[in-house]
Amino acid sequence: MAKRIVVDPITRIEGHLRIDCEIDNGRVTKAWSSGQMWRGIELILQGRDPRDAWVFTQRICGVCTTVHAVASVRAVENALNLEVPLNAQYIRNMIISAHGIFDHIVHFYHLSALDWVDIVSALKGSPKGASALGQQLSPWPRNGEQEIKAVQEKLKGFVGSGQLGVFAGGYWGHPAMKLSPEVNLLAATHYFQALEYQRQINKVVAILGSKTPHIQNLAVGGVANPINPDSQSTLTIERLYHIKTLIDEIGDFIRNVYMVDVAAIGAFYSDWTQYGAGVTNYLSVPDLPLDTKGTAFALPGGYIGDGNVGSFKAITSFNDEGFKQGVKEGVKHSWYKGDWDRHPWEEETVPQHTEFQDNGKYSWVKSPTFNGKPAQVGPLANVLCMYAAGHGPTKLYTDGLLQKVSALAKTKVGISALHSTIGRHAARAVRCAVLHDSLLGQWQALMDNIGKGDYATFNQPVFPKGEQRGVGFHEAPRGVLSHWVVIQDGKIKNYQCVVPSTWNAGPRNSKDTPGPYEASLVGNPVADPEKPLEVLRTVHSFDPCLACAIHLLDPKSREIVTVRTTV
Amino acid sequence: MSDNILVLGVGNVLLADEGAGVRAVEQLQHRYAFPRQVELIDGGTMGLDLLGYLDGKTHLFIVDAICSTQPPGSVVIEKLLDPPAYFRQKISPHQIGLSELLAVAAMQDCLPPSITLFGIVPRDLSTGIEMSPEVNVAVGQVVLAVVKELGLMGVEVGAASR
Repeated sequence: MAKRIVVDPITRIEGHLRIDCEIDNGRVTKAWSSGQMWRGIELILQGRDPRDAWVFTQRICGVCTTVHAVASVRAVENALNLEVPLNAQYIRNMIISAHGIFDHIVHFYHLSALDWVDIVSALKGSPKGASALGQQLSPWPRNGEQEIKAVQEKLKGFVGSGQLGVFAGGYWGHPAMKLSPEVNLLAATHYFQALEYQRQINKVVAILGSKTPHIQNLAVGGVANPINPDSQSTLTIERLYHIKTLIDEIGDFIRNVYMVDVAAIGAFYSDWTQYGAGVTNYLSVPDLPLDTKGTAFALPGGYIGDGNVGSFKAITSFNDEGFKQGVKEGVKHSWYKGDWDRHPWEEETVPQHTEFQDNGKYSWVKSPTFNGKPAQVGPLANVLCMYAAGHGPTKLYTDGLLQKVSALAKTKVGISALHSTIGRHAARAVRCAVLHDSLLGQWQALMDNIGKGDYATFNQPVFPKGEQRGVGFHEAPRGVLSHWVVIQDGKIKNYQCVVPSTWNAGPRNSKDTPGPYEASLVGNPVADPEKPLEVLRTVHSFDPCLACAIHLLDPKSREIVTVRTTV
Repeated sequence: MSDNILVLGVGNVLLADEGAGVRAVEQLQHRYAFPRQVELIDGGTMGLDLLGYLDGKTHLFIVDAICSTQPPGSVVIEKLLDPPAYFRQKISPHQIGLSELLAVAAMQDCLPPSITLFGIVPRDLSTGIEMSPEVNVAVGQVVLAVVKELGLMGVEVGAASR
């Protein structure tokens, strides 16, 4: 008899993402992904000055503020055909790259590694054994026995005092946890080191973005960072060299720790290359523009249909008609009035809430489609597209990672293994290394351009009478983000954000085809329906981010993850 | 060593009263001038991004909307004598917000020794940038309470120069 489990919520914040699974014979047979909160943020923007939109969109999501700011200014610039000075592109590109590196490291180590790494088991590991293993895997100098032992002592302190802190609530001792105590201990050590390095890279964002958690330096038409090589109060050469030091420091961590850990976990859990593929239409967009018009990019993007890398079709400019025309959103299974598929410029947002209807409406998230089909977005889509486009660093890091996994697993692991739950983690690590190369490249490009005597960072936007339409897209850490704006006489008439988690977490579409989360869960093993760790593994591999809005502190203890089982 | 204080306002300003903490910090920045030992941060709904701001701080003031049985617009000020108590709740290890930020800070030995919560009970959490009237009043009260608390610590807070 099939059992139904409800994992609500999957993300920390109560009520945002609910996953329902039907489980039969230890496998997921059907899944529903439901966004449980309506945002309607777009409505706030109607009637406002398009130059201010990014300040508001930056607040849509708690985790990815920067990306909504970037997409918003690009949308307005696109509507106005406004060129962006080279320095401004480079500075934005550096912020984008640094933010992506930060986000990927935090996602792997702090938001999802504990689906695979058993912290309680790490207490039993021998620091000597963990150190020997670490040194065998990589030349990283911080795999010494002493440092590992110190981490273990720290963990023992938490467990001994009954305060697991961030480690509370994990599925420790779950039968699907397969790593040895030494591997767990080594990974736990890197968990702590990652906390230091994410801080380093975040400083780059803070310095360029004006020293606050929310960047303040953007403007429609460029950036607000005046460049003056001699002035103390602006972006000086000295500051730029400080940024370079920070960038250099994190490179070793990405290549010798993050990439290696992902390869090791991939090899130990190689069965997880069989699960979680789901929707294998992949969409990504090019990013890091290298000219003022957005027609040349450091990182390619495009579309791959049915997992066939050879079918790659590139998206080539900020004005790409194929992208502009290809995106639609549908509401057949979403809590909005009607049953339509519309282009974002033509959408309306009229809520119509019902109960959770398995075959009807069951989510606040709409169903986006690209040329009529659901598409998976995120680092895996991005890496596959960049690989297909022949992007050098992507090929280098992907092939290197797959070779490492093959050596550890003692079997040939090819690129097709990436269409999976564990493959999404591998792709994210590859993308992180690629972004690090890009960050260095953009830094050099900025220095060279300043060296030529070009200090321009801003072009004044002019709003003509009448209507203009624009789209701003950005390959964000979680995938394709697009903002769609309609401007009428200098004011916002319509505004829609099609966010990465909408692509991935969307419900069934108007043809009843499941979205990527839903499709990827079908076939997943579930050893214990009361503790659906395997469901979390697959959903977390997408880096879910519907936790976009609420931040309410509850002084009373309460259970946040509830698993309800119904027969 | 002199006190170093971080006033951290958190919340989402697009969800009406949810943004009360951020609004309070905005008002503090707008109305007063603070010495260097006081840092005011609009933390939005961020988590780990904020870790670096805790470095070297002796006092942390958290201004946030809180769940409470008290009526909307109530202000709750309390010293968190046992901050880890806040972390004991069964939470997913996978999402990082304010309580996880503090837990990680504790692990990293950068948790400020003194933490005070300035909590505001919200009424309206719907989409919108206007706060409800009672929470508006409460934000004003919290602003004064923060200034008073700083004064009791011997920190001189002046009027903002215009």
